[in-house]
Order: sequence, then C-alpha cells, then structure tokens
Amino acid sequence: MTKKNKKTIALLVVLCVVLIAAPVLALRGAEFGGSDDAGSDKVAEITGTAYEPWFTPVFEQLLGGELPGELESLIFCVQTGIGVGVLAFFLGRFVERAKWTGDKAKTE
Amino acid sequence: MTGKQKRLVRLTACAALCCGMLPMAGAMHIMEGYLPPAMCIAWGAVALPFLAAGYFSLKKRVAADRRALTLAAMAGAFIFVISSLKIPSVTGSCSHMTGTGLGAILFGPSAVSVLGIIVLLFQAILLAHGGLTSLGANTFSMAVAGPFVSYGIYKLCGRLRINKMVAVFLAASLGDLFTYGVTSLQLALAYPSATGGVAGSVVEFLGVFAPTQLPLAVLEGILTVITMIALESYARPELRAVGFGEA
Repeated sequence: MTKKNKKTIALLVVLCVVLIAAPVLALRGAEFGGSDDAGSDKVAEITGTAYEPWFTPVFEQLLGGELPGELESLIFCVQTGIGVGVLAFFLGRFVERAKWTGDKAKTE
Repeated sequence: MTGKQKRLVRLTACAALCCGMLPMAGAMHIMEGYLPPAMCIAWGAVALPFLAAGYFSLKKRVAADRRALTLAAMAGAFIFVISSLKIPSVTGSCSHMTGTGLGAILFGPSAVSVLGIIVLLFQAILLAHGGLTSLGANTFSMAVAGPFVSYGIYKLCGRLRINKMVAVFLAASLGDLFTYGVTSLQLALAYPSATGGVAGSVVEFLGVFAPTQLPLAVLEGILTVITMIALESYARPELRAVGFGEA
C-alpha cells in the first residue's frame, strides 16, 4: 500500500461518513423509512386504491405476519456478517501473502 | 464456451425474446406480489439467458485459473455487504446500494447476474425484501441492467484514457443509478398512470427513487474505489487471473 493510496482511502472513508451522517443531521425528525415502501405508496397513488399484493412473502406466510423488526435487523446483520467475513478472510490472506513473499510491487 | 453451452444460451435468449413480445409490462427491489404474474414470468425469462451466460463464463474463468474463484467470492461478498446496508438519504427515507459494479468491472456483466441472484434470493426469502415473484424483474434490473451499464462505462473510460479509479467510480455509481431507473420503468409498465400513461408513471417512480438514490450512488462509487485500491495493492496475481489490466 503506497502512502498516496493510504491517504486517498482515508479521504474517501471520511467522505463516506459525511455522506451518510449529513442527511441524518440535516433532517432531524425524518422517519427514514425504506424507499421500497415509498414505492408501494406511489402505486397506491397512481391506481387510486391501496394495492393488495397478490402474493405474500413465503416467510411471512409461515409466520402468519410480518417479521418482527428486531429479527429483521438480525437477518440483515447475518447478511452483512457473511459478506464481511468472506471479504476480510481473503483480504487478510492477500496482505499476509504480500508480506511473506516480500514482493515489492505488493508491499510498497 | 462449448458448443452445447452456446446452444443453451441461445435457446434461452429465444425464449426471452418470445416473452418480450408479450406486453412488456412489469423493477430494483420490487415488492413481493406487486407485479402481475405475466410480467413476473416475462422478466424472469428475460433474465434467464444472462444467468446462463454468466454461469458458463464464471465456470470458464475458474477452470482457466482457480484464483478467479477467490475474486468471484469477494465480488459476491461485496454485493452481500453493500446491499445489506440501508443508508439514510437526503429525502428522509432509506435505501440501499447494489454493489454490482465491482463484479461487473472484474468479471464482465453477465457473470455478476449469478452473484446478484444469490443476494436477491437471500433477501427475498428471509427478509421479505424484494420477492420471489418479482425475482425475475429484480434480477434484471439489479444483476443485469446495472452491471451492463457499469461494464460499458468502465470500458468506455478505458478507451478515453480516463484515470482508472475515476472510471471505477463512474462505472459503479452510474450502474447503481441505472438499476433504479430500470426499476422505475418496470413499475411504470405495470402501473401506467391514468393521466400520463407509462411515461407519466416513469417520472412519478423516478421521483421517488432518484433523489434518494443519488447520494447512495456516489457512496457506492467511493466504496467500490476503496475496494479496488485494496485489491490492486494486495491481489495483483488474482486480478491478472481474471484479465484485469495491469496499468
């Protein structure tokens, strides 16, 4: 990792945090609901009636209702966890490999 | 691709065309049960040839060099992470990114469709996010249309000799935006507005998705660039294995 790359990454990470934090701070009291729901609202607006989906999600049928919010965030976390796990595992191997092979192109 | 594989891809492409003839009415995560059944099937059929082509292209890459598998897993994991994060946006609602740009740049657009559908299935079954009935339509917008735009832009930037990281940024963010554009179109086809028809509806849905998605598209571009820098620094042999240009 070159010094320049390190700087770029630091800068980009800061930018990301700002991008995410700005709306939250700027729009205090906003609900931050999902835009998929906004989509459903729009459908209702266009058709003039509340649209009745003709198929309910398999999991919701099984549960006989909506997935509780806490469990939903659990499953989202599992998804993130699987992803980060795989990414970090391989990246970690790459970094170590670069270290041990002593390849200048990779370690500089 | 062997002759047999080519035939299969062609066959599914024909089937897709046939279905395309049907009134193409039918988007990224369209809610379960929100598309009429005919459209669900039509979009599924349209996405199928890309999935088949993607599967074979991935298989070929991995057979040629096993290191490609590592990168494929990482590209898939990237989509997993990115699409699980709901990010607040300027409009006061949340949306999430697609993460398909990285895979499209590394493996080409069709291969990403395979990675994308895994994520879509996960979310559709467990999270009631998107849906099984709208899987075809969602696959088309997130795992086919978006990546194709990303790939096209990346290649175009290469031709124009634009800085590689800028190219990665543009490819990922515009691909993300385009996904939502397709979603709007798909929803509009299913729900043409009474006054403005399909076009009127497209504007309505874009009005919902676009302002929310714009900052997220920028974010996706940045995250993809960071990952790309990390890969270029530490995973040169793997990048070479998938034919990613050394520059």
